[in-house]
Amino acid sequence: MMQEGLDDGPDFLSEEDRGPRAVNVDLQTDATLQVDISDALSERDKVKFTVHTKSTLPNFKQNEFSVVRQHEEFIWLHDSFVENEEYAGFIIPPAPPRPDFDASREKLQKLGEGEGSMTKEEFTKMKQELEAEYLAIFKKTVAMHEVFLCRVAAHPVLRKDLNFHVFLEYNQDLSVRGKNKKEKLEDFFKNVVKSADGVIVSGVKDVDDFFEHEKTFLLEYHNRVKDASAKSDRMIRSHKSAADDINRIASTLYTLGTQDSTDVCKFFLKVSELFEKTRKIEARVAADEDLKLADLLKYYLRESQAAKDLLYRRGRALVDYENANKALDKARAKNKDVLQAETTQQVCCQKFEKISESAKQELIDFKTRRVAAFRKNLVELAELELKHAKGNLQLLQSCLAVLKGDT
Amino acid sequence: MLIKNCEPLVRAHIEAQVSLSAQTIACDGMNAYMAYKVTTKTSLNLFNRNEFTVKRRFSDFLGLHSKLASKYLHIGYIVPPAPEKSIVGMTKVKVGKEDLSSAEFVEKRRSALERYLMRTVNHPALLKDPDVIQFLESTELPRAVSTQALSGAGILRMVNKAAEAVNKMTIKMNESDAWFEEKQQQFENLDVQLRKLHASVESLVCHRKELSVNTASFAKSAAMLGNSEDHTALSRALSQLAEVEEKIDQLHQEQAYADFYLFSELLGDYVRLITAGVFDHRMKTWSKWQDAQVMLQRKREAEAKLQYANKPDKLQQAKEEIKEWEAKVQQGERDFEQISKNIRREVGRFEKQRVKDFKVVIIKYLESLVHTQQQLIKYWEAFLPEAKAIA
Repeated sequence: MMQEGLDDGPDFLSEEDRGPRAVNVDLQTDATLQVDISDALSERDKVKFTVHTKSTLPNFKQNEFSVVRQHEEFIWLHDSFVENEEYAGFIIPPAPPRPDFDASREKLQKLGEGEGSMTKEEFTKMKQELEAEYLAIFKKTVAMHEVFLCRVAAHPVLRKDLNFHVFLEYNQDLSVRGKNKKEKLEDFFKNVVKSADGVIVSGVKDVDDFFEHEKTFLLEYHNRVKDASAKSDRMIRSHKSAADDINRIASTLYTLGTQDSTDVCKFFLKVSELFEKTRKIEARVAADEDLKLADLLKYYLRESQAAKDLLYRRGRALVDYENANKALDKARAKNKDVLQAETTQQVCCQKFEKISESAKQELIDFKTRRVAAFRKNLVELAELELKHAKGNLQLLQSCLAVLKGDT
Repeated sequence: MLIKNCEPLVRAHIEAQVSLSAQTIACDGMNAYMAYKVTTKTSLNLFNRNEFTVKRRFSDFLGLHSKLASKYLHIGYIVPPAPEKSIVGMTKVKVGKEDLSSAEFVEKRRSALERYLMRTVNHPALLKDPDVIQFLESTELPRAVSTQALSGAGILRMVNKAAEAVNKMTIKMNESDAWFEEKQQQFENLDVQLRKLHASVESLVCHRKELSVNTASFAKSAAMLGNSEDHTALSRALSQLAEVEEKIDQLHQEQAYADFYLFSELLGDYVRLITAGVFDHRMKTWSKWQDAQVMLQRKREAEAKLQYANKPDKLQQAKEEIKEWEAKVQQGERDFEQISKNIRREVGRFEKQRVKDFKVVIIKYLESLVHTQQQLIKYWEAFLPEAKAIA
């Protein structure tokens, strides 16, 4: 059970942990293509994911196969979608964030340095805590990489993408080196231009009410999700700090209890035992809030950004279309290069309409997915909070009964 | 908030109870100051009435303490330490604003003064002390002067200087009494652990306050998110979530207060009590006795020398000095035995009191935690159907 999860070994393949994957995405388990991450290995500064595929599609050589992939290869796949003009009308599933164990590693190192200043019990306890934290971060990064693949597999068009199939099947290294400095700079400028454009483009009033509403909605929603995500992170961090304090208090109470010769020592020992247990529950509460609330918000921060990107691309297509119209009018007026202008105008028109049509469906799906994910997570959050509060209450009350009976 | 003693089976039970309430007095032409109404309820005939109230200022408390310290510390009584002037915690982190008019500061001080008086009247010898009786009963009290030196920190400095002096004398006291050696070690260990515990609890108070602030901040953010969500049912659920979190932040704040007033302050009091240096005074008394013995020996040697010097006047003086120092040695021995006896009794009383205090406080603290969990359950149970209603 999750309750004792902090004491478990690396058993993240248990049924419980398949939960997070489904959390943010409405998974339609389709027998024709099923993707998951069946294993993962954490090495010094990289994580190796085993991507496992089950498929009845004829495109693949076998029905079931696995490959090993690293984070950079996921990014390569994501970027290839973004750069593909054919997919301009889709919400591109957001890329998973880079695995970040720096903070956790730093804490483990600090603990090692401070070993001399604490008792053996304290050291062992804190080490277990940090290892559990490391494991939790690890599980999360696996889940986030898995969600990305599942979203792609669930999308009617993206699942057919050739790069995706190569990603799933090619059992050699994709040799996708991390972006070098020049490329990173180019990216940076691309993003700057994009945001400047974004301002211009969103200024153009849309004829279509649906998109006008979506623009206003998404811009505001994205900012507020960002804020809520940051605030939930801070709240959860404080919760963890408080749980750590209770841990230390429990240790000191234990020492006091063993040192004391009066009959209050029984009290100290009993309360120390109690706090050990409640501390575990508090840490569990923080972890569950992290999973059900913070991760949910972070994910929809990324998804709403992807939706905004879609609107931006549509906006660009609209601008191109309007420019093409103006150019056609000018060409007709001058009676020069009219055919060329007509062709350009038609291409722009088709592009714009294609994007608009698929964008509309994508945005409706986005809302459906979002509502379902929030519902699932909020319900689970409330249920877990209740479970933990009841657990805490029971521990406190039974301890009180014992202590009061003694006096 | 009273730390009530309700242990009828224990020998030393309360014979007087005091409670404090604070009020601001505005003096015309001068700055406003804080006065404390001290109400005493007692059945002892030491006092004129059974229930009475007086007004006291903070400096009056310090004055009372300095009188008691000068009278009783050196004969081995554990005198409750004076309340601190500033509220800076063990971890040197300001747990609250230093704003002297802030409600939080006033409450902390009021509570600290109340606990100080309760400890003083709990002490059977101090309760009967005329200064204490005057403090509790008299309408007018002569203003204590130079409170700088009288503050808790000031007394501590004095005591620590004395202790340092003793240590510097590099006197290895021949401890014939194993009880004292054991007790001193116990007290030292207790001091170390209590300080550690106090620091951890202060850290907890800090983080709980932080949690409360961050939860409130998140609640606002969730409300904003709910406002911009265009799915009606989800929007409502998010607003409800915001409300739940707002209530929870209040809960955290209250819990932080309980953490502090019940737990942290008690620990702080005990740390200060232990460092009152009662064992050091015994050492000082012992060394005074030893010095007298050394002096007596010297005087005897001097007299022996004078026997052959044929100086009758000086010889007479030497004999008188010997008598003087013999008396001092006897007094020194008596003082040492007295202080040893007093300390034994005081430590016994202290231990009993400590056991009572801790038991009561721990139970109260756990009850506050129970209340918090019960409220949490209530809030989340109300929210769950709202979340399920999202369609």
